[in-house]
Amino acid sequence: MARIAAVFLLLAALAACAPAVRPGATLYDQLGGRQGVAALTDAAIDQYANDPRVAPTFEHVDINRFRRLFAEYICKVSDGPCVYTGASMVEAHRGMNLHETQFNAIVEDLTAAMTSLHIPVPTQNRLLKRLAPVRKDVIYK
Amino acid sequence: MKADMAVAQKADSQGHSFGLWLGGVLLLLAFAQIAHAGDGRLIATGGVTQVEGSAGGGLVPWAVLAGYGTRDELGGTVFRTQLQLPDYRLDSYGFAFAIHNRLEFSLARQRFDLGTLGKAIGMPGAALRQNVLGAKLRLAGDLVYGDLPQISIGVQRKHDLDFTIPRLVGARHASGTDVYVSATHLELAALDGYDLLWNVTLRSSNANQFGLLGFGGDRGNRRWLAEGSLAILFNPRWAAGLEYRQKPDHLNFAREDNAADAFLAWFPSKRLALVAACVNLGSVAGLERQRGVYLSLQGSF
Repeated sequence: MARIAAVFLLLAALAACAPAVRPGATLYDQLGGRQGVAALTDAAIDQYANDPRVAPTFEHVDINRFRRLFAEYICKVSDGPCVYTGASMVEAHRGMNLHETQFNAIVEDLTAAMTSLHIPVPTQNRLLKRLAPVRKDVIYK
Repeated sequence: MKADMAVAQKADSQGHSFGLWLGGVLLLLAFAQIAHAGDGRLIATGGVTQVEGSAGGGLVPWAVLAGYGTRDELGGTVFRTQLQLPDYRLDSYGFAFAIHNRLEFSLARQRFDLGTLGKAIGMPGAALRQNVLGAKLRLAGDLVYGDLPQISIGVQRKHDLDFTIPRLVGARHASGTDVYVSATHLELAALDGYDLLWNVTLRSSNANQFGLLGFGGDRGNRRWLAEGSLAILFNPRWAAGLEYRQKPDHLNFAREDNAADAFLAWFPSKRLALVAACVNLGSVAGLERQRGVYLSLQGSF
């Protein structure tokens, strides 16, 4: 039992190796602020464009408008100094009938985009945690 | 003569095991081809295959269903597991498939090589084999999304193929049914930004040593058992964790201990998962300190 406790403490210690972020820094800061979110937006759109599960849903989408709104949304949910000017998530995805598979593909592509920008796993997880509640508003609508 | 029989039995069981294994793989491949097997769920969210063939951790079944199929898709897995203990060896293999992330069916064969004990009773190479037929129904929730954990109920119908020794040591039945309920959830960014997975399983069982030593005994029959798992995900492909599983202790001839393991799991792709673990079964059929290395390979379709 003592050995099991020791293993768990080791795991906890490993988990504590996350890069230190200055106190009070928002998730937005951890993502690299305005420049970081812009880079993430570009990298994510690049992933979506090359993913056959996702790309067709962008067929009639004004990509420059999407780019601006995506960056605004990421900025807003990560406590950055932005106002999201787009439609609600429910409105924005109405009629698209996004399947579970497509939603998860969007998550996988966003994760790949973050990894390509060397965003640390804990920061990735924190952003995904804030985006996850959106799922119920956008799938099968 | 006894030794001859044991050797013959060993050869037979190995031939049989390979046939079952190959059959399972071919069945799953055919199933994947004709039935729109999908991989729409996120990597690692199908877990691995626990020792009785259900989707879960190593010792404990979880609420997750085998493979990566969503509500629109089918999914399936094949697995092969080996646990080398100081005096025994456990081999387990089988396959599972899941329908629309709702209902899972699984079939596993376990072979418990009696090792030291086999030699001691004049049957070198003797083994205890059992089949486990499993079904699991997801009742509610989702592993990743939403605040509710994923909750499933399951059954594992077990049948001993070699009941002579279990009967001699006091087991009452060659077959038994485990019933369990599991709750499993991934807590995103829960530990310093890392995802944590927890699982709680309550099982009603009368299986001695997973059923390998039969069902029911001279000291009791069915009882409720608690099982739990806790894991941290270093990233979507690597996880490490701990498991604990209560076991009954219903045979007078030898004490049965609870089981625990510490594991490391790697998901190089949605097709493949590898698990290495240290498993402690405690005392098994009179031989103490049965702790050893567990290796498991899972293919997903």
